Amino acid sequence: MKLLGCIAVLTTLAGAAVAAEIPQAERRSGYSFMTADTEAMQDEDTANPGMLWVLDGEALWKRRAGAADKACADCHNDARASMKGVAAHYPAFEKTLGRPVDLEQRINLCRTNHQQASPFAYESRDLLALSAYVARQSRGMPIEAGSDPKLAPFVEKGRELFMQRQGQLNLGCINCHDDNWDKKLAGSAITQAHPTGYPLYRLEWQSLGSLQRRLRACITGVRAQAYDWGSPELVELELYLMSRAQGMKMEAPAVRP
Amino acid sequence: MPSALINVPAKAKRGDIIEIKTLMSHIMETGYRHTASGEVVPRDIITSFTCRYNGTEIFRTDLYPAIAANPFITFFTTVTESGKFEFEWIGDKGFSETASASITVE
Repeated sequence: MKLLGCIAVLTTLAGAAVAAEIPQAERRSGYSFMTADTEAMQDEDTANPGMLWVLDGEALWKRRAGAADKACADCHNDARASMKGVAAHYPAFEKTLGRPVDLEQRINLCRTNHQQASPFAYESRDLLALSAYVARQSRGMPIEAGSDPKLAPFVEKGRELFMQRQGQLNLGCINCHDDNWDKKLAGSAITQAHPTGYPLYRLEWQSLGSLQRRLRACITGVRAQAYDWGSPELVELELYLMSRAQGMKMEAPAVRP
Repeated sequence: MPSALINVPAKAKRGDIIEIKTLMSHIMETGYRHTASGEVVPRDIITSFTCRYNGTEIFRTDLYPAIAANPFITFFTTVTESGKFEFEWIGDKGFSETASASITVE
């Protein structure tokens, strides 16, 4: 009986602990959870390994591809001007599909529709390089993703996914990233799920990786079946997370431990 | 061609000690990992890095499998004259890359 009482109390506590979203004033980028050494690595372009992908992306931007024999630069000219602030608006609503697409999907839509080339595989070096190069042009600019009213139902779907418990561990994203972001998990900071720096270089990955890679790793971590690359659910989650971070500064390509 | 990032100050005074930073794009596959089907993933690492200052070797290091991907190598040198730093990375599978940076000494 005593044990049952304890369980009842714990359940009530757990229920009460499901807090609202993180207040605006307490929002922090993953950057502020890092050691000074890792911050320095991100801050200096010649020490930030993500810049290797940016360099590759710059070359790809100018390289012709596909049956149309066109390069990104043939339509968009100098990315430093034309792509400024673009990544801060992604995922964005795509009229022809009637749903949001993330930056990687936008690049692949451009490849298939305008360059008449085959799309890059998710997490391929070329796709990461081009998305890093485009995202780099928004560094320091405030995130504005999710402000388009057409996106509202998709932000809401992403929010529901963020709240939903799943997997063998029966955890929702919210249980760590809203309720326990000030604590640690296996020695690492949990952080607040503000995706300010993607695609980013994780020292653990020894590579650049997309937000979808991060999300799939988290979902696998709670022992649930991860959504497929490019699935609407992942894009909705990306969209919700970016809308949580509205107004925070873009850091791509960031460095994280 | 793999990307490299080099950080050498453009100008320095004679006798100054400067820091040189280099970052080379490389997977640094250890040779100790296996695929899902049990085959060994062959070793693919950078094995040696050298820096020459106006033709004279001033820094050399050997690299081993425990070094992380995209090796970041930094070192210090005393500036003696204007000229060129030449960097060379050599590795498995015929990997051979060079880069250079110039410095003006006042």
